[in-house]
Formats: sequence, C-alpha cells, structure tokens
Amino acid sequence: MSHAEVAPNPQDPALPVLERARRLVDDLRFGEVSRWKERNPGKLAIGYMPIYVPRPLLEGIGCLPVAVFGGGDQVDIIKGDSFYQSYICHIPRSTLELALNGSLDSLDGMLFPSICDVIRNLSGMWQMLFPEKYASYVDLPQNFDPELGGRFYVLDLQRILRDLEARGAAKYDPERLRAAIRAENSRRAALAELDLLRVKEPFRVRASEAYLVARTGGVLETAEHERFVREFVAAARERAPRVYDNVRVLVRGSFCEQPPLGLIKTLESAGCDIVDDDFQLGLRYIEGDIECGPSDDPLVALSNAFLRRGQATASRYIGDEEKGAALVKSVREVEADGVIFAAASFCDPALLDQPMLETALDRAKIPHTSLKFAENTGQFQVIREQAGAFSDAVKLWGSAA
Amino acid sequence: MTTTPTTTVPHVNRPREVEADAAKDDSQLRQKQMISGHFEKLATAKEDGRKVAYTFVPGNLTELMLALDMLPVLPEINALQSGMRKLSGNYITEAEKLGHSEDVCTYVKCDIGMMKSGNIGPTGTKLPSPDILLLSYTGCFTFMKWFELLKQEYDCPVTMLHVPYQGDGHITPEMRSYVVGQLEREVIPALEKAAGKKLDLDRLSELLERSRRAEDDLVAVWESAQHRPSPIDGYFGGVYYIGPIFSAFRGTQDAIDYYRMLRGEVEERIRKGQGPVTPDGDATEEKYRLVVEGPPNWTNFFDFWRMFSREGATVVSSTYTRVGGLYDTGFRHDPKDPLGTLADYCLGCYTNLNLPMRTKLLASYIEKYQADGFLINSVKSCNSFSAGQLLMLRELERKTGVPGGFIESDLVDPRYFGKANIENRVQSYLQMLEARKTRASA
Repeated sequence: MSHAEVAPNPQDPALPVLERARRLVDDLRFGEVSRWKERNPGKLAIGYMPIYVPRPLLEGIGCLPVAVFGGGDQVDIIKGDSFYQSYICHIPRSTLELALNGSLDSLDGMLFPSICDVIRNLSGMWQMLFPEKYASYVDLPQNFDPELGGRFYVLDLQRILRDLEARGAAKYDPERLRAAIRAENSRRAALAELDLLRVKEPFRVRASEAYLVARTGGVLETAEHERFVREFVAAARERAPRVYDNVRVLVRGSFCEQPPLGLIKTLESAGCDIVDDDFQLGLRYIEGDIECGPSDDPLVALSNAFLRRGQATASRYIGDEEKGAALVKSVREVEADGVIFAAASFCDPALLDQPMLETALDRAKIPHTSLKFAENTGQFQVIREQAGAFSDAVKLWGSAA
Repeated sequence: MTTTPTTTVPHVNRPREVEADAAKDDSQLRQKQMISGHFEKLATAKEDGRKVAYTFVPGNLTELMLALDMLPVLPEINALQSGMRKLSGNYITEAEKLGHSEDVCTYVKCDIGMMKSGNIGPTGTKLPSPDILLLSYTGCFTFMKWFELLKQEYDCPVTMLHVPYQGDGHITPEMRSYVVGQLEREVIPALEKAAGKKLDLDRLSELLERSRRAEDDLVAVWESAQHRPSPIDGYFGGVYYIGPIFSAFRGTQDAIDYYRMLRGEVEERIRKGQGPVTPDGDATEEKYRLVVEGPPNWTNFFDFWRMFSREGATVVSSTYTRVGGLYDTGFRHDPKDPLGTLADYCLGCYTNLNLPMRTKLLASYIEKYQADGFLINSVKSCNSFSAGQLLMLRELERKTGVPGGFIESDLVDPRYFGKANIENRVQSYLQMLEARKTRASA
C-alpha cells in the first residue's frame, strides 16, 4: 500500500467490488484470462494495446479481448529495458517484460492499434520476438469519409477476421457481431452511469475507484463487466454522503501508459475531485451507442461509430474542427474548475497535443497545470505539492495564476 | 519524426578546405544553383502570384504540386538546415518557452521556433506563408501533430493523405486503393482549389516520366558503392545526393540533369579508382566499409562525418537516404498510372516499412555492399526510426554475423550531441572491426 492510500472502510458497501477490481487489475499474469480459457477451451484470447480496438469484433468471433497496459509499478524491468533507449516511454518496455517473463502466455495474439510510432514499431518487434503468436498492426483510419477511411477500415476489419479465423476463432457471423455490439452498448451505458455519478456526486465515487472498476473491463467479457460496473454503482449509491472542499478537475493525457494508482490518489488527496479523465479511454472511445439495426452491416456499424463518434483524442487527426474545442466542451459539461495534464514522459501524442489544448483552455479562461509521470513513478510528493497549489489557487482566485 | 535530407546547407557552412574541393565538383555547383533558385522563387512567391504548399519529405507529392505550379516548402529541411547553421538550439529554446515539451521531436520545435523568430529560410530571406498544408502522413505520427500545430499558426487549408503503414510487411490492394481514393477525392481537389487551376493528368505523367529517369541515375549512384574503394559515401555524402530528388525537384529536367551529371562524376571516380569526397578532400584509403541506419546529427554534421572519414571508414549504404523514396529495391514512378504510382511511392518509403522489413533491407545492404560492419545512429527526436533499433541490432548481428555499433545523438538539438562520447564509441567500434580483421587474416 502506497503512502497515498488510506485503509479501506470495512463498512463500505462498495468494498467487495473494489477489492475484486484491485485483484484483477493487479494480476499481471492475467489469471482471469487463463480461467476464461479453461472455461472456453479452444477459444482465443487476443491482447491489444491502448487506445482503442473494436472489442465487439473480437467477441463476435468468440475471442476474449484483453487490454494490455504494461506492467505499471508492479513489475521489475529486467529484460524490457534492454530493448529501448532511455528516451522512449515506459509502457513498451514493461509490456515486453511481461511477454518475456511469460505473463502474457495466455494470449494467443496481440493487436497494436495506431496510436504512435512506438506502439506501431512494437508490433514489428512482436513479430520478430514471438513469431509463433499472431501480431498485427491496426491502422485506424485518419480519413473520416465513410467512402474512403470507412471503406478501408471495414476491409481491415475483414482482414483481422480472416486472420483470426485461420487461427481458430469462430467463423464470422453478422448476427453474433450484432449481439456483441448490443452488449458493448449496454456496457457503455453502465460506464456512462458510473461517469455521471462521478460528475454529480464525486464524493460517492473517487476517480481512483472508477479507474479500477473500468479497468477490469480489460480482462472480462463485456456482459460480465457490465454487471460488475452496475454492482459498483449500486453500492456507491448506498455510501453515506461526505463533503469535500475540493476543486473539480479533468485529467488529460493518460490515455495510453497509465498513471500509477498512487498518483491518482495523490491528486485526490491534494484536493482535486477528478470528475473526468482519459485513463481508460479505450472503453469510452465511442461516444454513445454503436448504432446497428437488425439489418445493418455490423462491420459498417463499427466503422461508422469510429468515424463519427470517436473521441477527439491526441492520436486522432483533427482536421477542420477547432483543436481543443472538445476539451473545452467537456470542461463545461462536467462543470470542472480546471484541467490537469498528466502525460507519460516521452509520450509523443500527449505532449505534442498539449500546447494546442493549453491554448484552447487559455482562450476559454480555464485554469490548467501539467505534470509528467512514468507508470512506475513511486514518489508523489512533488506532484502532491503541485496539485495542492493548483487546487488552492483555483479555489482562492479561480485561476492557476 | 523523421528525417529528411538535403543538401543546400552543407555548402553554406562547409569548411574552407572543402569549399575548394566543392568548387571542382560540377554536380555540387549545379545543385547549389538549383536550390538557391528555388529559394529565390519562394522569396518572391507572393508578389509573383505563385502558390506555396508546406509538406514533408517521406511521401512527398512533388510532381503533383509542380503540375499545379505550386512551390513546395519542406519544414524538415528548414529544420535540419537550421541545425547545420547552428540556429536550431535557439529555435528549440524558443519553442520550449512556449510550452513545447523537452521530450518531443526537435524538428517540430525548431520549425516552430524558426517561425516565431520570423520564418527566415536558409538563404536569409523570409519564407512565404503556406497557401495550403499538404499533410502526407507517411511513416511518422509526429507529422500529423506538426501540421495540427502549424494549422493554428497559418490561416490556410490543410489536406491530409493518410498512408497506411506496412504493418504486415506488404502493400495490399486495399491500402493502395485507399491512398488513390484520397488523392482523387480530397487531396487533388484541395490542391486545385489552393492553386486556382485544374490538374492536367498528362502534365503529371510527363513529370513522373522525368522522375523515373532521375531515379534510374540515383540508383546507379547508390550501387556504385559496390566497387572497392567505394566512390561515394552513401550516408554523409549521400545526404547531398538525395537533396534534389527528396525536395522540390523530383519530376524536373533539373533533376534529370543533376543526377546524370552526378552519375558521370561517380563513374569517373570509379575509373580513377578514387574513394569518396570527405570534409578533408578525397578519401585516401578505405579501411572499413559500413552500413548506417538512422538519420545523421545535423548540428555537428562535419564533426560527425570526420569521426568516420579520418579513420578510413566509408559508409557504403544507409537507410536514412531512403526515407524520401526507396528506389534501389525496384520502385520507379510509372507515368502510365499517375495516381497509383504516387500511392505506391508513398506506401514504399523506408519509414513506412515495418521492423522486420527494415531489418531485412539492412541485411541486404550489408551483403550487397560487402560491409565490414553496421552502425545505428539512434536519434532522440525520432521514435519512428528509433523505437526498436536495439532489437534490429541484435537481429542483424544474428542474421549476418557482422558486428553492429550503436550511438545516440539527436537531429537538431545541440544539447544531445556529446562529441567526446560519440567519438569514443565510434573509435572503439572501429578498433573492434580492426581487431576482427586482424584475427581473420592471421
């Protein structure tokens, strides 16, 4: 237990869910995936890197999509560092460490979505290091015209289906994919309920708790995760109200390499109610439902959802719209007082994006501050002081100046 | 990301002893005139009514721009030229003061800093603002962010060409069709609008035919390094050779003339048994033949070059010189299929190859050019190049049995060029090669 954590309250109705969530998130040997495979012999578990892959596509052919977020602060990097220079971010080295120490043996393949050049190149490293495993780069379109980027994306999804079917996945059946999309929409609604509770009553759901509950979705089937989220929301509603004199903040920039839980708790203990974040962006990448009627082509539905409803995050090209407009809109919607940029060190997408987002916030007169972390950061005192100063400044003067 | 080559600046800042040598080199003089002429056109572009497109080297659509009478500006080249002129440090500092992270690509920060400092180009005249940003997203994620940043600074349209990565090691019909579709439906209409004229496909084909002819000669220059001694340095010298074809001249008669002249000079060197030109004049011996992966450092380019040339090390081939077009594996622009061939070109650039393909290409260079060793210059700025290079090093050693060396620097941030450290590593590496040779001959 880090210094930023406090002992759990045994009377907390949400405690059992949170304890299970913590066990699932901390289990970097992916025991839950192994158990799923025991229950589903012959079926494939397919890992994927952040931010986003269309999980229903995998569930629609009977695979378990497994989110891989590196080793966090729980893994000693012994082999992984030897593959990377000091100026490369941390997540690829800890991910390789997990693969090399056998923690990812339960995975039958890995998908590497287009988020940055490091994760892209990791796909090639995987092909070289683990030739017996399926490893494929998913080049999500940066052209959002359904006839161009959409068509390319559908064809690429068909390629993945063919690849996985050849490796033992179930044959593609549009009806099963439609069912998987419905399950995803239902889970998405549960997550929206969780998010809304954080916004309305942040004292009932801390961001660190919502993070754990959301992240369990990386190793559970969609329907099971939905039940999990709903169970937590119901329990959280039963919590006695508490009053904090906190500022309401958004955190942005942590969509790939995840901050250590201690860092999130540090921000909270420094007086920040994190009412919105992008920690587990992949599960929330599509805003709202994936629209797919009974006679719609479900592959086209997945494509359209990505093209039209994908979140304006750093790995997505923002062409004609105003850069940062989506962030300002989010700040207004959740009635936040300010924004904390928390990017992983050497994270190109987040750090290249940040000056543009800061400009948008300045124009909108929204206070902001920024910090960097690595997934295995263990010292939070400086961050606590910075976040505390930010929180105080916003409370006293309504700005970070 | 990445990388870009060129050529002008070396002349601007070359040591005196090389200037004398350069004065005898007709192709270099020719190139200098070409590039000076281009910047003169840029300086008066607005008053002459010429339209200007900012774009990138890998996946550049030069023939398309020229067919619409547009003038290209390549921010990567401006950045590396700033590096060679010792201006990049201040530009980077300027950008960091504005909130750009110390962790990200220094080409981007150098360009932003240069723009904020008046946008003065390498010839000392102000560069014109763009009429359009042509974002060819080929092999480098940072390109996308770079032009998002520039879009905030310029009141002009941006058109994006998403070029899919060869993640599985080949170009599929779906990828090609996607690129052609974007060209037809988005990129060409946007360029036509900015240029104020319609594209003439016949004219585009004529330009592509000229590209093909220049490419033939460039490949002959690359392949000349199979001779012993190699008449060229395929990395330090190579960045001069790629200047015209990677920048504003692919598809022009100037490029044809330049590469024909260069090829003639190289063939003459072969006939005379001469090695390459170095910063200190003609190389006097060829002790080591190397293949190099990764971009060079620009802030101390000649120091870096001399670390090799003074030890008798010639770079017989490099991957950096393939970022703006990979011609020596067979690709040539095809005038009969103008848009398809542009798609093939973009998809085939070196930085668009996955790691196994890059490793295979390097291994082929080591074999083809009978290299004694290979060296990776890993630059902090460029994750597209750098992430994975340590694995490439291992794989190449395993596959070829040829020893590899690894050094670290940066593109244009002078803070990351540790001369003594790099020199030590290079010398140690070359001593190791020498010891191997001695053992082999014993």
